[in-house]
Amino acid sequence: MAVPVLAVDNLSVRFGATRAVSGVSFQVAAGETVSIVGESGSGKSVSSLAAMGLLPATAAIDSGSIRYQGRELLGLSRREIRALRGRDMAMIFQEPMTSLNPVLTIGLQLTEMIRRTPGVTRRQAARQAIELLDLVRIPDPARRVGEYPHNLSGGMRQRVMIAIAVACNPRLLIADEPTTALDVTIQAQILELIDRLRKELSMAVLLVTHDLGVVAQWADRVVVMYAGATVEQGPVADVLARPLHPYTRGLLQASPRIGAGFTYHDGVLPEIPGSIASAAVEPGCPFVPRCRHAEPACRDGLKPLRPILPGRDLACPVGARMTEVP
Amino acid sequence: MSAPEDRDLPLPPLTPALPPARPGPLGLFLRNGNALVGLLILSAIALAALLAPVLFDYGPFDMVAMPLQWPGQDPAHPLGTDGLGRDLLTGLVYGARVSLLVGIAATALCLALGVVIGAVAGYMGGRIDEALSRLIEFFQTIPNFLFTVVLVAIIGPSLSTIAFAIGVVSWPAIARLVRSECRAIRARDFVMAARAVGASDLRILFTEVLPNALPAVIVTASVMVATAILTESALSFMGLGDPNLISWGTMIGTGRDYLRTDWFLTAVPGGAIVLTVLALNLIGDGLNDALSPRSRTR
Repeated sequence: MAVPVLAVDNLSVRFGATRAVSGVSFQVAAGETVSIVGESGSGKSVSSLAAMGLLPATAAIDSGSIRYQGRELLGLSRREIRALRGRDMAMIFQEPMTSLNPVLTIGLQLTEMIRRTPGVTRRQAARQAIELLDLVRIPDPARRVGEYPHNLSGGMRQRVMIAIAVACNPRLLIADEPTTALDVTIQAQILELIDRLRKELSMAVLLVTHDLGVVAQWADRVVVMYAGATVEQGPVADVLARPLHPYTRGLLQASPRIGAGFTYHDGVLPEIPGSIASAAVEPGCPFVPRCRHAEPACRDGLKPLRPILPGRDLACPVGARMTEVP
Repeated sequence: MSAPEDRDLPLPPLTPALPPARPGPLGLFLRNGNALVGLLILSAIALAALLAPVLFDYGPFDMVAMPLQWPGQDPAHPLGTDGLGRDLLTGLVYGARVSLLVGIAATALCLALGVVIGAVAGYMGGRIDEALSRLIEFFQTIPNFLFTVVLVAIIGPSLSTIAFAIGVVSWPAIARLVRSECRAIRARDFVMAARAVGASDLRILFTEVLPNALPAVIVTASVMVATAILTESALSFMGLGDPNLISWGTMIGTGRDYLRTDWFLTAVPGGAIVLTVLALNLIGDGLNDALSPRSRTR
């Protein structure tokens, strides 16, 4: 099997005494979209920032490995990892309104990125900037390059951010909730754009989101996170059709199923009792306090992610025994 | 049946007309009446200072007329003459050269020191910030004017040493401002976005952080020129000015002896100082309004 573009293995990140991520593993292969899904505080952003080497100074990586095309990233010097950022892997963030420098034109911010490739002249960079804006479907790019971020709408700014991210043709694009700040129609456009660029530039995409609808529509594989741990992963269609972890099942039951004729009018949506457990270190499965199927053995120690079915990994011995569809 | 005027209503245009272009910072600045007045006053003073040798065929120290003539008494010397018969207007114009030069040179030095130290402290943070903050505080605890007097007294009074002393004394204000701006800007999303695409620290500092800190620095710098002019006048008044050059402070100092009888000798250069400082403050206010983020509509 080919070396995955990004392979995170048993990653644990700590902020002081608080554990944000414990034993997270996932892989992203070339040309594939993998989605990390989880609620706020589940460690999905921390995992993706760790992959970019962008964790704040207060974070400490306790264990694990992060490999980019087989090359270990943990332990690289700041300079070495910076050389990878932008050229090999790039990241776009949640807030397009504030992610662009307000005092520079978008053309300048693009050419700055393009000129990191040695041997590119100013003139070539200016032409490439227009081509990139065209690539992300910004109308009238030749005029838009001279504009400042405040002239653009949120969706346009996110397009510019994407253009900057793909300027050096990275192998891996990490999108951390790229559409959360945008309204629904723009959301679809931006995700479609990312998907098109994935195909055209044959990138791997790691899509961090809390929206199961986004996962269902755009991802090939899904990694479900809860309280800093990976609880389940597998191909999207399979996981959504046959969720095995009680948490994933709870999430899906709590979503209206319009296709199956179950909407808000047909009854109260079931909810998962309780709230997300604190990320503090507790022995056992973090989902135990909210789990209907918890057994005494569940409190004994963190359940490792185990392959259950072809392509499916699960961190729940109870779920592994259950096969029925909710 | 529809009313005839219904049909006459013009159809709305298919594409909405673009809103009129918003004025840039320069446009906003020039629309501000106060700022414009300040700019005009300062330009007039600067122009006179530049053209001083062309305007007068004698120097500010030349005794050219009867001493102690009041303004208007002799049409050849519209602002009168001092106790030694020197023309007051000539002194005023030549004094403007010294004042403006000291103000600009001191502010330039102040910016060079303050921006570098403040930016490094604010952007780097941690121990470097600790150390540089202590250095800034050390300079801030020394009384400003006293420190300037001591420096000038030690190195000896001349135009360049006065500018140097004022610059060395007043940089902490700029450093503190730049430090706090950099700390705030460093935490903003676009800096993280720049790091995410692999920008180096130096590049982030120069293209992301400092350009965003610039408006505050420009505003403070304009007021700093005014403060430097005041300090130079005070030094000259105390006799610590450059002895070979006339300055507004020197003129006030020599006029002091005649304060009860010929008060115009102190009032005229005093008025010049007031006017210049006022102009600089008006410009500073105007720049503040034009460059502040609040005036940038989305």
